[in-house]
Amino acid sequence: MPDETMTEVAKREVLDRAVIRFAGDSGDGMQLAGTRFTATSALFGNDLATLPDFPAEIRAPAGTLPGVSSFQVHIANWDILTPGDEPDVLVAMNPAALKANLGDLRMGGLILVNTDAFDERNLAKAGYAENPLTNGSLEGYHLLTAPMEELTKTAVQDSGVKGRGVLRSKNFFALGLVSWMFNRPTEPVIDWVHLRFGEDDPVGAANLAAFRAGYNFGITTEEFHHTYVVEPAKLPAGTYTNVTGNQALAWGLVAGAISARLPLFYGSYPITPASGILEELARHKNFGVRTLQAEDEIAAIGVALGASFAGHLGVTGTSGPGLALKSETMSLAVQTELPLIVVDVQRAGPSTGMPTKVEQADLLMALHGRHGEAPLPVIAARSPSDAFDTALEAVRIAVRHMTPVILLSDGYIANSSEPWALPDVDTLPDISVPFATTANAGDEFLPYLRDPVTLARPWAIPGTPGLQHRVGGLEHEDLTGNVSYDPHNHERMTMLRECKLAAIAAELPPVDVFGPGDADLLVVGWGSTYGAIRASVGNTTRAGYRVAHVHLRHLSPLPPDLGDVLSRYPKVLVPELNRGQLSRVLRAEYLVPTITLDKIQGLPFKAAEITAKIIEILDAKDQS
Amino acid sequence: MTDSVTFDRGAFQTDQEVRWCPGCGDYTILASMQNFLADLGVARERHVFVSGIGCAARFPYYVNTYGMHSIHGRAPAIASGIAAANPDLTVWVVTGDGDALSIGGNHLIHALRRNSRIKILLFNNQIYGLTKGQYSPTSEEGKHTKTSPMGSIDHPFNPLSLALGAEASFVARTIDMDRAHTTEILEAAYRHDGAAFVEIYQNCNVFNDKAFIQLTGREEREVNRIYLEAGKPILFGPDQEHGVVVGATGAAIVDVADVGIDAIHVHDPSLPSPGVAFALSRLSHGPYGPTPIGIFRAVSRPVYGAMMQRQLVEAQARRGPGDLKTLLRSAGTWTVT
Repeated sequence: MPDETMTEVAKREVLDRAVIRFAGDSGDGMQLAGTRFTATSALFGNDLATLPDFPAEIRAPAGTLPGVSSFQVHIANWDILTPGDEPDVLVAMNPAALKANLGDLRMGGLILVNTDAFDERNLAKAGYAENPLTNGSLEGYHLLTAPMEELTKTAVQDSGVKGRGVLRSKNFFALGLVSWMFNRPTEPVIDWVHLRFGEDDPVGAANLAAFRAGYNFGITTEEFHHTYVVEPAKLPAGTYTNVTGNQALAWGLVAGAISARLPLFYGSYPITPASGILEELARHKNFGVRTLQAEDEIAAIGVALGASFAGHLGVTGTSGPGLALKSETMSLAVQTELPLIVVDVQRAGPSTGMPTKVEQADLLMALHGRHGEAPLPVIAARSPSDAFDTALEAVRIAVRHMTPVILLSDGYIANSSEPWALPDVDTLPDISVPFATTANAGDEFLPYLRDPVTLARPWAIPGTPGLQHRVGGLEHEDLTGNVSYDPHNHERMTMLRECKLAAIAAELPPVDVFGPGDADLLVVGWGSTYGAIRASVGNTTRAGYRVAHVHLRHLSPLPPDLGDVLSRYPKVLVPELNRGQLSRVLRAEYLVPTITLDKIQGLPFKAAEITAKIIEILDAKDQS
Repeated sequence: MTDSVTFDRGAFQTDQEVRWCPGCGDYTILASMQNFLADLGVARERHVFVSGIGCAARFPYYVNTYGMHSIHGRAPAIASGIAAANPDLTVWVVTGDGDALSIGGNHLIHALRRNSRIKILLFNNQIYGLTKGQYSPTSEEGKHTKTSPMGSIDHPFNPLSLALGAEASFVARTIDMDRAHTTEILEAAYRHDGAAFVEIYQNCNVFNDKAFIQLTGREEREVNRIYLEAGKPILFGPDQEHGVVVGATGAAIVDVADVGIDAIHVHDPSLPSPGVAFALSRLSHGPYGPTPIGIFRAVSRPVYGAMMQRQLVEAQARRGPGDLKTLLRSAGTWTVT
């Protein structure tokens, strides 16, 4: 539909969805461009999902393939579940970005390149023998070009930014151009720049000048004769915000502490991709949140456990290597029966592995990675916004049952974002458990006298008169907590600690099954695979297959009715970003011959990958 | 802070049987502590004892306060969490040379530099006792033990030098057998607002007996104990005939007759720089000759828990108390109707 103004002659095409990937050098500011485009789209009302992908190096050698950083965002006018399998639009700020990402672009997709970066040196660094923009290799795609560096230089010349700083604004040029292309409002970016840089900062002025230049370049350049419209999504009514997983998890901990009427104490050591939680919580001291950046992972959980002993909600957060270091203290928390939350934002391992890439390979470590018989509850978030609810659940279990809890997130959930219908915080449940204040056995205080339902022992905090007691890592008697080496006592205490999990399981809601009860295949997942699984179950259902989906939040204890649910389906598929860890657990617990679908590439599943597996299984069944 | 109460030592004893070897120096330290706490008169629930692993680490089970017997080396971290969460408590850490200086070395130095309000009592017996007699990070070079049959080739730590290097705000040394001096040091550590580090020479009569004989023997102690007293020249010896001078090359032992009394260093533990205290800590590298005991350093430095508390108050004054509804809307919202 032609626009009424003379200059805007571009044709508008209405789409129901679009996947856009911003790609450039890790110094090019692609994460920022992608985040701002996402925020604008969120405020515009699209449903969306994002996939940031960046190297672990802060500045890998410029112009090289390992230095490429990208941010993918899927915007839609309907309720979407994944950041999209294939980009429709690729913004490539240099040859390496083009080369690293072209393979993912859908055929016929649109490529927007910064031609200024396609010089001989950069082409050579990316391993191009000849210029792909001119040798015909991009036929089959729709190529649009802009000399983004020259245009940015011109645009920012009055901003006050000089020298090398000038080109830093080129991500805003790209953002402006893509914003025009998708008919995005400009106010959210302008407002954000003012908020972030202040009204008078030269860098802010340069960024806005480049943003406007990019936007206007789209309007005035004939090469760009097409724009796209993705209308707001018809999401359920409510107030929405766009939230990343680390943010939602941090907010969930704040909310959990409020609901439990406890001060929040977060001890942590910086580690990718969990540092964002520490950074977020450090900003909220006005909630009474205490953050302690400890000297190492062991101290981080140590201070958290100490804080719990003193009557705070002790929480520590880390990633896989840090979880390994915290193992000994988790066992102490099991032995002393103190509430504690351990967040593991999983990343690709082993060892340092690929710190900025996603994996779900810490599940078995979370379930079993402690010395001795040291069972503890393990739960997992399935999406960025779900991290809020999962954090609340972790707090509830920890204080209700006086136990450490492991909360699993991962690098994909941590950094990606999605719209979140904000909960009514006034209706958050009261999950507080009163501290012990008086003797509980005549005039005596028994620190291990349990609640018969939850099996929780009383939480008597230092400073409480008359309830002085000692806890520790040595085996002890129930009730008194006195050290005991009695063989039968040890066996009894081991069973008691295990029974706590049964007490938690007894209060879990029934398994939520999506799809028909008589489906031919049940897909079971946990964690961040939720979106890809649910999308593939939707796709295959629409294609006539009978598929159901269960996504587990509680991994230990498992829901009591899970065995019955599994037994109702002839086949069970378990897709995981590991070598089949949940699959192994389900086989061991329920003797179910699960089918494993694994992916160990540091990347989330594409819906198409799971869809293909579902079809493969069910088509094979039809033939048999 | 709390009501003053009158206690006897029994009020700080528990019903648990004390299970150290007969003759262990730990008994003496426990008695000194229980007596000190009773005399102090602060309610039992205001004290927390945290320990790691080792013989000394059983200490919390025997003191009728709050306590946690935790993990090898980790007591300073756990205690730091308790102290940061509740600055009104007095948090004691009972540790040993292996616990504090080997497996827990990192937590020790960071608790000291952070100036967490914890009182670290390092029972130094220069041996691994609980594991039955291996050399420790304070054992002397050449020491023959089960794990060093040809003599230890490990250079030992000087615990006080280490603590001073970490800029501990309170550093002292005492001896298990000297109960009056121990009590005096415990009192000073308790009164100090910040992290206190106290090395207590503790005799392990089973695996390293008489390690401190130079400071505890009837005759030897007269010759070798150098008492540090604030405002007084550092003199020692049966007739106070020896003294300590501090110069550009460090601290040195001299005969007073050679240098004159005015040249003798007047002890001042409140010096802002830890330099002189460090020099004094180098006068001996173990209890093998003249060795200073007393308070090496006691300076005022901002306390971690108090600063943490202050930031919370400041943040609330600046931004108002946290409101969850506002927080969830802080990144911008849109409404779907």
